[in-house]
This record gives sequence, C-alpha cells and structure tokens, in this order.
Amino acid sequence: MVEIITPVLLLMLTFFAFSLAFWLYRISKSRPIISSLFHPLVTAPILVSAVLLLLNIDYSDYRKANQPLFFLLGTATVALAIPLHQQFHHIRNLTKPLLLTLVFGASFAVISALSIAWVLGATPETLISLAPKSVTTPVALGIAEKINGEPALTAGIVVFTGVIGAIFGPLLFRWLGISDDRIKGFVLGICAHGVGTARAFEISRKCGAFSSLGLGLTGAITAIILPWIIIYTFR
Amino acid sequence: MLKGLLVLLLFQGIGEATSHYSGLPIPGPVIGMILLFIYLQLSRSELAIGLGDAAHFMIRWLSLLFVPACVGFFFLIKIPNKQWVAVTGVIVISTLVTMIITALLMKYLMAKSKRFKPKAEQ
Repeated sequence: MVEIITPVLLLMLTFFAFSLAFWLYRISKSRPIISSLFHPLVTAPILVSAVLLLLNIDYSDYRKANQPLFFLLGTATVALAIPLHQQFHHIRNLTKPLLLTLVFGASFAVISALSIAWVLGATPETLISLAPKSVTTPVALGIAEKINGEPALTAGIVVFTGVIGAIFGPLLFRWLGISDDRIKGFVLGICAHGVGTARAFEISRKCGAFSSLGLGLTGAITAIILPWIIIYTFR
Repeated sequence: MLKGLLVLLLFQGIGEATSHYSGLPIPGPVIGMILLFIYLQLSRSELAIGLGDAAHFMIRWLSLLFVPACVGFFFLIKIPNKQWVAVTGVIVISTLVTMIITALLMKYLMAKSKRFKPKAEQ
C-alpha cells in the first residue's frame, strides 16, 4: 500500500513545497534583498530536502516520482522559442554586441571557475566536473560524460550555479546601475542557464527572451568547444 | 491551448530524435527550441493563440519544474568526492565575478554600437 501511494505523495510534496515557497516569496516582495533570498528556487528545495531527510527517503526515489517534472522541463525549454520569436526584432539589431558578450561570458565562466579551483588545490576530477557549470543541465551532463567528469557532482554544480546567479543577479544589476532588461536577461541566460531564465521572465518578457537566447547559445557553444579545451589542458 | 501543447511536444520529440540520431552533444529540447524558433520565423502567419497560451503557461511555472533538480544539490553530501565544500565556494565567487564582468562588457558594447549606428535604435 505504502509503495503504491509514495510516488504520488512525493510528487505532491514538490507542489506543496513550491506553493508554500511561492507564498513566502510574495509576502516578502516589498523588501528586494530579503525577497531575493526567499526565492522559491531556494526555499522550495530546502523544504523538500528537509522532509526527505527527516523521513529518511532516498533522493533516487524522489527523483523517480518527480520524473514528469523533469520531462516537462524539456517541454518548457521548447516553449522558450515563442518569446524568442516575439522579441526577435529587439535582438536582430544587436548581433555584434550579443555575440561578443556570449563568447566572452561563456569562456570566462569556465576559465574563472577552473583557475580559482586550481589555486585552491582541487583535484583533476573535481576540475573536470566543475568545467561545464554554466550550461543547462542536460548539456552539462553530456559534456561531463564526454570529458570523464562525475555526472552527479556536475548536476549539483550546475543547479547551484543557476540558483546563485538567479538570486544575486538582480541584486548585482541594481548595484551596478544596470536597468536595461536586454542586458539583465542575456547575462542571466549566459551565467545562470534555465534557472536564471525562469528568474528573467519575472522581470519582463523582453528580459526572458534575451535570457532564452543566452541559454540556448551558451549551451551550444560550450558543448562544442569545452571538450576540446579539456582534452588540450589535461593531456 | 491543447493544440499549442501538442505543437510543443511535437518539437520536443523532433528535437530528441535529432539529438539522438545525429550524435550532436546538444540536448533534444534545445534543438527542439531552435527548430520551433526557425519554423516560427519562416512562417509569415500570425502566432496561433493556443501556442502562445501554452508557452506562456509553461514558462510561468518554469521555476516549479526546476525544484526536483535543485533538491539533488542537497544530496551531494553523499557523493564520495569530499571536495564539494570547496566547490561551492568556487561556484559562488566565479559566478558572481562572471556576471559582473559580462554585464559591464555588454553595457559597454551596446553603448558603442549605438554610437556608430545612431539610426538603428529609435
């Protein structure tokens, strides 16, 4: 009996935790710094993890029960084509600055992570798992496999990168005096992939479209270039 | 909206198949997104309302869809590689630095391109 209803309960746990997290986020909206830290992407996973640890449930069971959401994440990724199409007139005039920012941002994300970790004395295995951190999860897992990183570590690193970018991005933009939604969106997409894109759509449709563009392009160029960099570096 | 969801699923399927059979390292949904975008750009007709609604609905709840993946992060502790504490520090610093530098670079490049092509943005 318990085995039959557990998957349903674990799926409900996600929805319940998210609703609670969303409510907390809404009531903290008047204070930007607090509300950033109370983003549903921070609070909901903490709530779920706490319940799983308390009840001694394996992450693999939870993951299996929530497979429909992983599948719909793919569908949502396809859906990003629509805002991209609707906002494309904003993008067409900016080809050159966008491409330059993309190439620089995507390489800098990898190089900065690897050099800081190397200075701190990380092992080659950790360095390799760290390299694809800014790309969207499925791409990162594919790359990690290709360059012999640890897939589970990479998956965690990617998600964490996205959450850090999505929480602190808007605060950084305020601090730097950046008010242009095109810049906010594109940077969120490059540095914080899908999680950043979810955050960007809360700012505006235009911001979300630029984030979708950054997410897609970063995924594509990192997937193509990174294996070569790694092979060359660790040869 | 149902027709719209069907279109999204169709492109997800085409993307998965393309990714699988071409051996490209790009995941299916990203290929599906690119193909749907190209299709929308090429078809001159208005965007179907159903498709717009379906996309809007999916994107509105994008954060919810990321929750199960985010939970995985808390279970990294069980991974034999014990360097994950240092790893989190590296991620925080490198992500923040990359965002600051990338944002400033883009701001500079956009200001510059506006100066050379004053008619482009009006």
